[in-house]
Amino acid sequence: MNPADNARARSAILARLREAAPADTGTAPGVAAYYGRLATPERSSIATRFAERARSWRAEVVDCTAHNWAEALARIVAAKGIRHLLAGRTTPLAAGIAALAPATSLHWYDETMETFKPVLFDQIDAGISTTRGGIADTGSLIVWPDADEPRTLSLVPPIHIAVLHAHTLHETLYAAMQAQRWAGQLPTNALLVTGPSKTADIQRLLVYGAHGPKQLVILLLHGEAGA
Amino acid sequence: MSAERPTADPRAFKDNSRLVLADPVLRRNFRGAMDFLTDKRAAQFPDADAFAELRDLGKQIRQHALANLPQLLMQLETRLHENGIHLHWAEDAAAANAIFLDLARRHDAPTMVKGKSMVSEEIGLNHEMAAHGIACIETDMGEYILQLDGDRPSHIIMPAIHKTKEDVAKIFATHIPGAGYTEDVEELIAIGRRALRNEFRTAKIGVSGVNFLVAETGSLVLVENEGNGRLSTTVPDVHIAITGIEKVVATLDHIAPLFTLLTRSATGQAVTTYLNVISGPRRADEKDGPREVHLILLDNGRSQAYREEHFRATLQCIRCGACMNHCPVYARIGGLSYGTTYPGPIGAIISPHLMNLDSTRDLPTASSLCGACGEVCPVGIPIPDLLMRLREAGRHSHPAAQQRQALKGQGAARSIVEVVAWKAWRLLYAHSALYALFAWIAPRLRVLAVAARSGWTRTRAPLRPARRSLREQLATRTPLHSRKALRDRHSPD
Ligand code: SF4
Repeated sequence: MNPADNARARSAILARLREAAPADTGTAPGVAAYYGRLATPERSSIATRFAERARSWRAEVVDCTAHNWAEALARIVAAKGIRHLLAGRTTPLAAGIAALAPATSLHWYDETMETFKPVLFDQIDAGISTTRGGIADTGSLIVWPDADEPRTLSLVPPIHIAVLHAHTLHETLYAAMQAQRWAGQLPTNALLVTGPSKTADIQRLLVYGAHGPKQLVILLLHGEAGA
Repeated sequence: MSAERPTADPRAFKDNSRLVLADPVLRRNFRGAMDFLTDKRAAQFPDADAFAELRDLGKQIRQHALANLPQLLMQLETRLHENGIHLHWAEDAAAANAIFLDLARRHDAPTMVKGKSMVSEEIGLNHEMAAHGIACIETDMGEYILQLDGDRPSHIIMPAIHKTKEDVAKIFATHIPGAGYTEDVEELIAIGRRALRNEFRTAKIGVSGVNFLVAETGSLVLVENEGNGRLSTTVPDVHIAITGIEKVVATLDHIAPLFTLLTRSATGQAVTTYLNVISGPRRADEKDGPREVHLILLDNGRSQAYREEHFRATLQCIRCGACMNHCPVYARIGGLSYGTTYPGPIGAIISPHLMNLDSTRDLPTASSLCGACGEVCPVGIPIPDLLMRLREAGRHSHPAAQQRQALKGQGAARSIVEVVAWKAWRLLYAHSALYALFAWIAPRLRVLAVAARSGWTRTRAPLRPARRSLREQLATRTPLHSRKALRDRHSPD
């Protein structure tokens, strides 16, 4: 659009708002105070509560450890008949994934999506990704795609497998944003993912597997931080 | 659904409502959907005090954002620029459509895939683009169904709630090549998914709305369940987002409470499948994501609502739809009757600003003022109070001194017959002699009372003065209660 039109619209809109804006701009909302008052549920561990919530959104949660997760993954791959698995090449998961049975062909997300589309859309059965943490309150995963694990890795394939370390769980979205200092370092795309995609647009009947993944499997790794 | 459909014109509100009220299938669909949504919301907020506390926070956040709106928009502009997101300003629908058209031409895009966006409905994007040979493909399942059928959304969150699965089965079988007839909802969704996959894969432009903008980080925040929003904003080369200027909040942590208020109020879910925070196009080392991200900020009457302190509260809205789910009028006449992009109580209070009060004059009357909308609103908008103010504004033009704040079309609902009737009423009730004369004449002329009065007599018996006025009846009633005795009984002590 014409830059002059844009500049004109901008100054007209801002002028109207400035003219009417109240002199008193009010006090900052007490977000921290609100979350400070929220009691942490004590009935069970944060990992247990996360898993319960995640399952309520029809995510499959598989408890494992830093030592046996690759075996758990192999079982899932076999059980679901996954023949084409997509992953990022330089993530901490890569070695474990590479050890999978040869019956599964591994695809590394090495090229740009444009040239990779035929494989990505037509072949890949599942994408496996790391996570930056999870939220116990809602059973959500924090997924920050990057150069190694692009956005479509967790979006286009019908199955999304996510690896989550229990020590990266937070009670609420607010707590996660604070602890992980989101505001200063957001990636181009940051996501919360809660269960597989779904819709209730036809007569309010809930169906899983709308446009995103139809299944979400979470490998929940228990054990020491950094293990 | 009957062959005749409610029209997309708020001036036809009364006729539209009548049409829907006479359609038992539509009424059952709306009623069922509203009961479902209100129950689900109630389950999310079991504790009234906890809800009140969270709502107060949501209200503070939105009020704080509006109080600082010009500054926040400037800050947003700077951050977006740093993030590599192009910002466009549009004063009205035509300007916004021109921006879309320009971008579509520049990228030589014959189609655009669309995530759900009420603002794009507001500007009539699909229609405008079609006029220039560009196809906008709705990808939200509900919107997709409506687009195939040439119908309109009846709810801002669940656009196709007025359709049954049988309706959808027919629509898909008719319009999607190769889709057989099935009433199995899982299969229907699978058909929709298959049909749209290829569109996502090939479209050059993806369009989306925005739920929140964050000034601090220059981010666009999208809330959704289906994944079509993520696909539309990830796979195509260009992402164009459009939203209203009021959607901005100051800081990222403000999103946390607003997100939970939105999902719980809207569909009664603690969370949606995706919260999608977009803060830039694909970086040089990244392998996917759009190469260009554009944000169009639309005014279209919002700055008018902003001018008046009370009406400004309208802009706090986070478009959850709870007010319509709980509205006894909406539950009966449904969203199509309003003839506006935004139906229900929020539609009644926002549409007069987006359009004008003249064409939307009937909407503020579509309320029993029961107060349910104001009670459930997650950001504390005093909707019933605003409805009253709009009714008032519809009847009276603003005194000249306050002309600056006048609404477009103010005083439009004024009717001469009504004005004369009220003047006469005031005269009669202020002068006892006149009133006595009236009370004497009225019963004697009762035979002349018109038998059919439009509106009233459609469903009710005609009104007719009694044979004898109340005064006459009282005066002759019984000697036990003289006027004095009556007076004594009713005096305070
Ligand atoms: S007015 Fe309130 S209840 Fe209605 S849609 Fe807006 S935020 Fe929701």
